[in-house]
Amino acid sequence: MTVWPYQEAVTVVIGGELDHCSAPQVRQQLDDLLLDESIVHVVLDLENLTFMDSSGIGVLLGRLRKLAARGGSLSVKGMQPSVEKLFRLSGLDRVIGIADGRKGGRA
Amino acid sequence: MENRMELRFDALPQNEAFARVVIAAFAVQLCPTLPEMADIKTAVSEAVTNAIIHGYRGEGGTVTMTADFGERKMLTISIHDDGCGIRDVEAAMQPFYSTGDGAERSGMGFCVMQTFMDAVEVDSVPGEGTTVTLRKYILGEAGLHRERMLDEIG
Ligand SMILES: Nc1ncnc2c1ncn2[C@@H]1O[C@H](COP(=O)(O)OP(=O)(O)OP(=O)(O)O)[C@@H](O)[C@H]1O
Ligand SMILES: [Mg+2]
Repeated sequence: MTVWPYQEAVTVVIGGELDHCSAPQVRQQLDDLLLDESIVHVVLDLENLTFMDSSGIGVLLGRLRKLAARGGSLSVKGMQPSVEKLFRLSGLDRVIGIADGRKGGRA
Repeated sequence: MENRMELRFDALPQNEAFARVVIAAFAVQLCPTLPEMADIKTAVSEAVTNAIIHGYRGEGGTVTMTADFGERKMLTISIHDDGCGIRDVEAAMQPFYSTGDGAERSGMGFCVMQTFMDAVEVDSVPGEGTTVTLRKYILGEAGLHRERMLDEIG
């Protein structure tokens, strides 16, 4: 996981596979970052995320809740088609922005 | 060509990825497209995760995954646990229904399985265990042509 500031939003790169097994680690790393109260807008760069299931939905919604509570936002970018399918099916696209302004997945 | 496999593994989180890799290696014989393969892996991941965290309540046990297909390219996958079972299967399959309160579970697992596969059957006996059977007809490249055609018609 690499973290760097982009304007006032912080971009976090999440790669690999996000399932029930890897969720605790990803959750912990994001929550450690959110200990910094000055961080309100977070963008998750998912370009290298090759797999996600419903455990990932829980991780994303949990972080969204924390950020929303401080008036912030969570968005994602670079989703692979399979991740995007799950993202839309679960309705995450209604509460988490897609920051790359792209409709539909890459081929 | 017909084929069948059976895999037994400990109900440990690190075996979720293991089960996905195994089902992918088996399903590849049916020449699925990348999206079809992703659907199969995701559905299996949901059922295996449920067996580990709900069936066995994270306390361990053995999960059995069987899979088979025949001439008609119908892939059938069963995920079985000898865990606590489900009292009300119909309720459990509703979107957003979850007994995993506090653990950031969204109650979307069955919904994902139903969307990504053609059929989902749940056989469960409280106190004895659960078997989730997932079926998908693998269209392969023909499925891509079909989708493209439907897109063109609008
Ligand atoms: N193998 C199982 N054994 C016992 N109970 C199960 C099993 N599988 C599912 N359940 C029950 O069905 C409910 C719904 O399962 P589902 O996968 O849809 O949601 P979830 O696992 O709670 O959340 P999510 O999958 O979104 O993380 C679970 O909360 C649990 O109560
Ligand atoms: Mg589940």
